[in-house]
Amino acid sequence: MSAAESVTRSGTAPSRLASGQVAPAARTPKRKPGGSRHQRASVTLTVLMTAMLLYCVVPLFWLIANASKTRDKLYNSFSLWFAGDFALFDNIGKVLTYNDGIFVRWFGNTIMYVVVGAGGATLLATLAGYGLAKYRFPGRRLVLAVILGAIAVPMTALAVPQFLLFSKLQLTNTPWSVIIPSMVSAFGLYLVWVYAAEAIPDELLEAARLDGASELRIFFSISLRQLAPALITVLMFTVVATWNNYFLPLIMLSDQQWYPLTVGLSQWASASSSIGAEAIPELVITASLLTVIPIAGAFLYLQRYWQSGLSAGSVK
Amino acid sequence: MTTSALNTELVVTGQPKRGSTLKPRTTHRRRDWSGWIFVGPFMAVFVLVLIAPLVYAIYLSLFRETLVGGNSFVGLENYAQALTDPKFWDGLLRVTIFLFVQVPIMLGLSLFVALALDSMRLRWVSLFRLSIFLPYAVPGVVAVMIWGYMYGSQFGLIADLNDLLGFKLPEPLSNSFLMVAIGNIVTWEFVGYNMLIFYSGLKAIPQELYEAAEIDGAGPFRTIFSIKLPGIRGPLIIATLFSIIGSFQLFNEPQMLRAIAPNLITSYFTPNIYAFNLSFSGSMFNYAAAIAILSGIITMVFAFIAQNPEGFAFKKKKSMSTVEEQA
Repeated sequence: MSAAESVTRSGTAPSRLASGQVAPAARTPKRKPGGSRHQRASVTLTVLMTAMLLYCVVPLFWLIANASKTRDKLYNSFSLWFAGDFALFDNIGKVLTYNDGIFVRWFGNTIMYVVVGAGGATLLATLAGYGLAKYRFPGRRLVLAVILGAIAVPMTALAVPQFLLFSKLQLTNTPWSVIIPSMVSAFGLYLVWVYAAEAIPDELLEAARLDGASELRIFFSISLRQLAPALITVLMFTVVATWNNYFLPLIMLSDQQWYPLTVGLSQWASASSSIGAEAIPELVITASLLTVIPIAGAFLYLQRYWQSGLSAGSVK
Repeated sequence: MTTSALNTELVVTGQPKRGSTLKPRTTHRRRDWSGWIFVGPFMAVFVLVLIAPLVYAIYLSLFRETLVGGNSFVGLENYAQALTDPKFWDGLLRVTIFLFVQVPIMLGLSLFVALALDSMRLRWVSLFRLSIFLPYAVPGVVAVMIWGYMYGSQFGLIADLNDLLGFKLPEPLSNSFLMVAIGNIVTWEFVGYNMLIFYSGLKAIPQELYEAAEIDGAGPFRTIFSIKLPGIRGPLIIATLFSIIGSFQLFNEPQMLRAIAPNLITSYFTPNIYAFNLSFSGSMFNYAAAIAILSGIITMVFAFIAQNPEGFAFKKKKSMSTVEEQA
């Protein structure tokens, strides 16, 4: 499987055909099945890797098993297997209606933050990465230095002044306070920049310029298509980061009407352990499952493009 | 300020760009401003979200609220206070220990998994790769919740195991094992992410190198040390860098665990939690800004040392030469 997989993967590399270079025939094939480096599967490796796989998957199995238990069974049954009545749909119903259906509202908020925030982040990072890779302009060096420096600055160190600044702008406790900071992805910019430098031949841009196309038109009609794998990789990262963002909304939002799922969940979880509040462990667990499923699905769907996103620089 | 990262093509793939010695890869048009069309929008948001708060934080850290209700300039007094604040050092020491214990373990595991996936001696590579990467998509809040329940010695997995084995396992959520418990959660979340950074790098190593190594009679371990590891130098640096930054910023996991074990995790458990609590429970914004900036500076020092042990700005590093260049 692995070798076959790597062959199909190399197919996701940017095509050079557009630039008139006939690449595929000349490109060295990746390791082929039955090739000189292919050996029999190692038992030791398989055992070790299976242990690693279990370590990564068992907690998620725990989540599924326990989301389908009643509260009583949650405390009185073996925690890594199903027990008692299959209460998953019952629990889901409770989650969706608890507290006037606030969970549904949080879900909608999260979707909005992801679509606008991660979408915006991907667009901005793609534009800027491409601009840095393919243009020389006054101030380019400074822009590079500032962005690379910012990657090293702990984002959370800035959270407090960010909050104070946003409250001066009267943006705190609005969706904007979550969306605007989500729109900056320095790592995404970096990925696109490295990829664009390699995947878009200058000859192609020059040819388009000779034809009289404007820079923006070149970008949208030619470059964007070439950048697709990098763009999807960046989208995957920004979607996961936005969906899972906890610190930023925790600071920025005080009204639970605007909470994303993560902050809402942690509020429910704290209520479960604090005195005087109603403990709702089975709802916390089921709501967690509902929070994980969409992002895991989107993630599994998008991750296939990652490969081409990071190893782009090595396309031969 | 990062320096070697400017050699971008080396950082991601560990290899020089194709043709980098033959012709410049960027368009040398007349110095015009059209690049700003693309960079401008990003920079505008970037300034609002990052640069402005950074400047504001520096400004804040130089002032202090006086009882009379005004701001007075105090110079570096907040910093002096932070440097002699045992709570700050307590958190800093904790994340430093975390950095030197958890990060090597996590990156070692990630590297092992990536090499195993790339070894050609493993079946079902996709299944392993996806399953091990999957925890990265799980929100930190949910990860802490799952592990927090499993750690429970009352009715969690630990309790079940105690019943099964008939003796008492150590309590994960106790003073002596708390850091181990947190380290395990962080490892679980990010081992797959780092694995993928390494694996992508390994995939990018040219086939010819393996063929050459085979002709030279290199065994699997020799291949790992002479070809694979040098070949993913860039990804190794990147992953280390991100992990260092992540360690110093440790917030989510302990903050969430506070809900489960409130008496174990102090309000100054990590520098980040300290700054957060100073601001939002104590309204000491000026002091919190100084704490945040200090831990930012310390992070950058560590990051700088880690990513560039031998380099200087704009110096081209030696790197593996590809067959193409030799041809």
